Amino acid sequence: MKVTVKLFAALRKGRFDMETREYSPGTKISQVIDELNIPKDQVSIIFVNNRHAEPERQLDDGDVVAFFPPIGGG
Amino acid sequence: MEALDDFLRSHAQEDLLPWSVQVEAANRFGLTYGEIEEAALGMDILPVRYLRNRQTINTVQQLHLFRSKVAVIGCGGLGGYAVEEMARLGIGHIKVIDPDVFEEHNMNRQVLSSPGVLGKPKVEAAAQRVMEINPAVTVVPVKKAFTTGNGIELLQGINIVLDALDTIPTRLELAEICKKLNIPLVHGSIAGWYGQAAVQFPGEDILGKIYSRYKEKKGIETELGIPSFTPAVVASIQVAEVCKILLNEGKPLRQRMLSINLLDMEIVEIQL
Repeated sequence: MKVTVKLFAALRKGRFDMETREYSPGTKISQVIDELNIPKDQVSIIFVNNRHAEPERQLDDGDVVAFFPPIGGG
Repeated sequence: MEALDDFLRSHAQEDLLPWSVQVEAANRFGLTYGEIEEAALGMDILPVRYLRNRQTINTVQQLHLFRSKVAVIGCGGLGGYAVEEMARLGIGHIKVIDPDVFEEHNMNRQVLSSPGVLGKPKVEAAAQRVMEINPAVTVVPVKKAFTTGNGIELLQGINIVLDALDTIPTRLELAEICKKLNIPLVHGSIAGWYGQAAVQFPGEDILGKIYSRYKEKKGIETELGIPSFTPAVVASIQVAEVCKILLNEGKPLRQRMLSINLLDMEIVEIQL
């Protein structure tokens, strides 16, 4: 299945802004994060098709998943 | 006060109040610059310093801003710019809360820091700065850490809160207290080239959503640091939101967050 992955802020560094990637059916969001070598503590907000999602959610063909890192400085 | 009204009316230049007249009135009537400003604005006389506000913020709105009480929690990168901008905007009462003193590594980005204030409390530098740029504004400096324990007392009588903190758990505590007190909270945070801003209105749990999966103390700023321009951008967005909410104008960042990327020069909106 095809899933479009969007990365924001520093998550793009050494990776990409947006890519449509091939995953096997039933792939979970957490597996996408692992596959991209993103440390778990660098993902703070996850969206699937513009709605909040949890890492355990399974993705479907055509989903658009977006990852934002935690930003906390002042 | 009729004598003051007469003085202001006779010394105003049409409907404008020059600073020299504001000073003379304060001396003559034994009042503060702020009291003179409030009286003038109430008579539809605008201090000249706000002349370039006028096409955007009319005199009635300027009086409303002058009577507003804003709390700035954290007086570092975001807080310093926020205090500066709000004082110039003409918000009459600013409470600034921060336990820290200035350190050398603050000077790359914290607008209130300079070699002369190293070791001095940040909130005192804020009060000093506002005294220099707009003495009609009252600053209440509080050299304390904001906590769940003192939060309710610190925010009594405050109309709106600007979140300029630098630790995520304290931001969440602040959001809880604002929720309890039904005070709108204008959130902003920064790291490297990146920032975000959102508003939590009474009854909402926006910060809980932003940091729902993340309860660590700090975010990616520990790796990225913070350069000079990021706090200026995000603090300016926060002050614009404060202004809009106080004046009930425009569309605030309600249930949406701006994610700002200055490296790729991209701002995206996330529905929360």
